[in-house]
Amino acid sequence: MTDTTQIAVERPSPLREFWFYFRENRGAVIGLWIFAAFAFVALFGPWIAPHDATAQFREATLQPPVWQEGGSWTYPLGTDPLGRDMLSRLIVGARFSFFVGIVVVSIAATGGILVGLIAGFAPKWVDTIIMRIMDVILAFPSLLLALVLVAILGPSLTNAMIAIAIVLQPHYVRLTRASVLSERQKDYVTSAKVAGAGLPRLMFITVLPNCLAPIIVQAALSFSTAILDAAALGFLGMGAQPPTPEWGTMLAEAREFILRAWWVVTFPGLAILVTVLAINLMGDGLRDALDPKLKRS
Amino acid sequence: MLNYVLSRLFTFVPTFIGVTLISFGFIRVLPGDPIVVMAGERGLTAERYAELEAQFGFDRPLYVQFWEYLTGVLQGDLGNSFVTKRPVWDEFFALFPATLELSLCAMIFAVVIGLPAGVIAAVNRGKFYDRALMSTALIGYSMPIFWWALLLIIVFSGNLQWTPVSGRIDLIYYFPDPTGFMLIDSITSGQKGAFGSAVRHLILPTIVLGTIPLAVIARQTRSAMLEVLGEDYIRTARAKGLAPGRINGVHALRNALIPVITVIGLSVGTLLAGAILTETIFSWPGIGKWMVDSIFRRDYPVVQGGLLLIAVAVMIVNLTVDMLYGVINPKIRKR
Repeated sequence: MTDTTQIAVERPSPLREFWFYFRENRGAVIGLWIFAAFAFVALFGPWIAPHDATAQFREATLQPPVWQEGGSWTYPLGTDPLGRDMLSRLIVGARFSFFVGIVVVSIAATGGILVGLIAGFAPKWVDTIIMRIMDVILAFPSLLLALVLVAILGPSLTNAMIAIAIVLQPHYVRLTRASVLSERQKDYVTSAKVAGAGLPRLMFITVLPNCLAPIIVQAALSFSTAILDAAALGFLGMGAQPPTPEWGTMLAEAREFILRAWWVVTFPGLAILVTVLAINLMGDGLRDALDPKLKRS
Repeated sequence: MLNYVLSRLFTFVPTFIGVTLISFGFIRVLPGDPIVVMAGERGLTAERYAELEAQFGFDRPLYVQFWEYLTGVLQGDLGNSFVTKRPVWDEFFALFPATLELSLCAMIFAVVIGLPAGVIAAVNRGKFYDRALMSTALIGYSMPIFWWALLLIIVFSGNLQWTPVSGRIDLIYYFPDPTGFMLIDSITSGQKGAFGSAVRHLILPTIVLGTIPLAVIARQTRSAMLEVLGEDYIRTARAKGLAPGRINGVHALRNALIPVITVIGLSVGTLLAGAILTETIFSWPGIGKWMVDSIFRRDYPVVQGGLLLIAVAVMIVNLTVDMLYGVINPKIRKR
């Protein structure tokens, strides 16, 4: 009895509170587990994979998966037209998507938050210029702009990541600026100002932490967008280049075999779908837990 | 209202100039000198190079070049394609109807299925239908559409042989295309079976391109409906004894439509981005495929002009949506 009252009186730690609300959403928890598995595979891929991802087993080209006639346990998900093991390539490929997500979100979020903070705190004319520039970037369909940027920079996974980060960044700017503008009106900011806090302190220590909830949700959602866009660029031949086992690039290589060997096409796409789905599920849960205002239902 | 329209138009101008600046700057930072690319394998003498440089105006100061580019753009002059030598403007508008037809069909597909799905989910909140529909919507939302296209091709074109794999119509049909819309032109041509062929070619690309907008519309409709269903006037309608169908379908849906319309308008950009992938996979002769092909051919004027025209198209649609929004929702106008 005394125990329960004590728990009720003491405010739970933010992490615990977050977990309490996050756990409510069953889909989000499933998403989190899948994402954890994905991260594990991404980190330890080459050690888990049964074969070398680029090794070509010429005696076993286009072998079907194990449950189909002609399949064998040596290559559980079959082999591609060059005799490379599908399972190993998928496992090793996870790290590219994971890497893309991490890098793109880090670049886009850091840049976007900085520019957004500046726009929120700077004089009106600076704000106007920044927001017009963001409008210009947003006027281009994101994939098209990324495609053209990669064409300028030269097709590679690194350039694809830079292009996607540039395209995603305006969303962070807008989001940060909007929350900064509404936070700035509040009394605690005024009191910090009165207490003598300088502009950098006001920006990064007083205001920024209170703007983070929607930004974290956006980060989760753009993690999945980044993976999808990088795979799309790879599919169009403008992302990772063969023989890199990036999932989108694998799909592009497999295109001509779609009517002969369904497995070379199905599995890489399924891997993309499951990963993106897991991240989106997690993103929904994050939104519900962190930002009651944005809660959809 | 007039103030609102004017202020929106006022923000349009700097954005337009910015978009022009980006597409102008683009040709100057691309690797490879455009003149060398244009000359191709044969190569150029130094004199001929200088001559061409003068002809295209690359030797003049950048701001002069930009000014000429901007005035050219406003008069519909975007230069000529390196490959076909035809004006970029003409090529764009020759191919645009194909993309427009596909996008319209995809949008209709998305709205016709997405809207009822969202309403059904909201009305059955938390029950089986809601969960099933929203899980499906989330899968659609997470779908890599280029893979989805390949899967549909495997099943419907490969295994079942119901639909063709590429193009807009079977090659045995040939007729003039006054509107550019294959569905309309095939009827007016009077050729037997042409319309059916056009429809069969259109089905898979429509589904592929419509999938993500469909998911977005279903999710948005559901959340908008849920919000409206909690309002007092809905309770009043229930208390009056109105039939649930009438409450949900007329009273609630009408107000829930406002945010949904915005989402529909704003998906035009998504649709054009999706068209790049969809058209490439299905060899659909529209803007998206044209852009991708031109990027690979290093046909700079086309990439430059296409980028600009697509961005302007997206901006015009967004502007129109904003203004419509002002008409539907009086609260916005006052700001």
